[in-house]
Amino acid sequence: MANTQAMCTSFKDEILSGIHALGTTVIRAGTGADTLKAALYLASATVNASTTAYSATNEVSGSGYSAGGVTVTNATAPTTSGTTGYWTPSASFTYTSVTLTTAFDAVLVYNSTQSNKAISVHTFGSQTITAGTFTLTMPTSDATNALIRIA
Amino acid sequence: MIVTTTHGEMDDSLLEKREGGVDNDNESTVWVEYWLAGELVHRSAHVSLKRAAVSISEIGGFNG
Repeated sequence: MANTQAMCTSFKDEILSGIHALGTTVIRAGTGADTLKAALYLASATVNASTTAYSATNEVSGSGYSAGGVTVTNATAPTTSGTTGYWTPSASFTYTSVTLTTAFDAVLVYNSTQSNKAISVHTFGSQTITAGTFTLTMPTSDATNALIRIA
Repeated sequence: MIVTTTHGEMDDSLLEKREGGVDNDNESTVWVEYWLAGELVHRSAHVSLKRAAVSISEIGGFNG
């Protein structure tokens, strides 16, 4: 046998589940998963790795769209495969019967339970919607394709 | 088929349908538009994300 330097795979999973607190943490109201939301941003916005929390600035607006976006369906807990920890929402993000006439090209996934803190930004080709539906379909939730991965 | 438009629900036989999409490393997207006399009255889009947000984890060692 030999020892091998590594970040433990279980830690990657547990980061996603908020098990470890290496800095200042929060008192949680319960042990359930937090509520996540997905907000759309204009192509003229600047949401990126430096984004720390949801903001209504440069969020899309229009008929049928509620500020803050839609609630993310989270029925499947984070897990690991190989040495990768990963998680994917368990349903598409669907914005039904909306009119969004100013081009948008990004969605911010954020934690509405924890002061709207940002989780991830995902970009796509610029879109507009007119009296229609915008759907973001999630990738396969595995170590290669999951929406959020810690490899 | 009934289509929701900016003028309310309309039968698609009255409308001009346009479709398109893109497929690249980041996404697979399809969109559909309905036009009435040169006016865009409906547009929907469906994006399948392909590229994840990946964080590569590293740890430090003690051997410089």
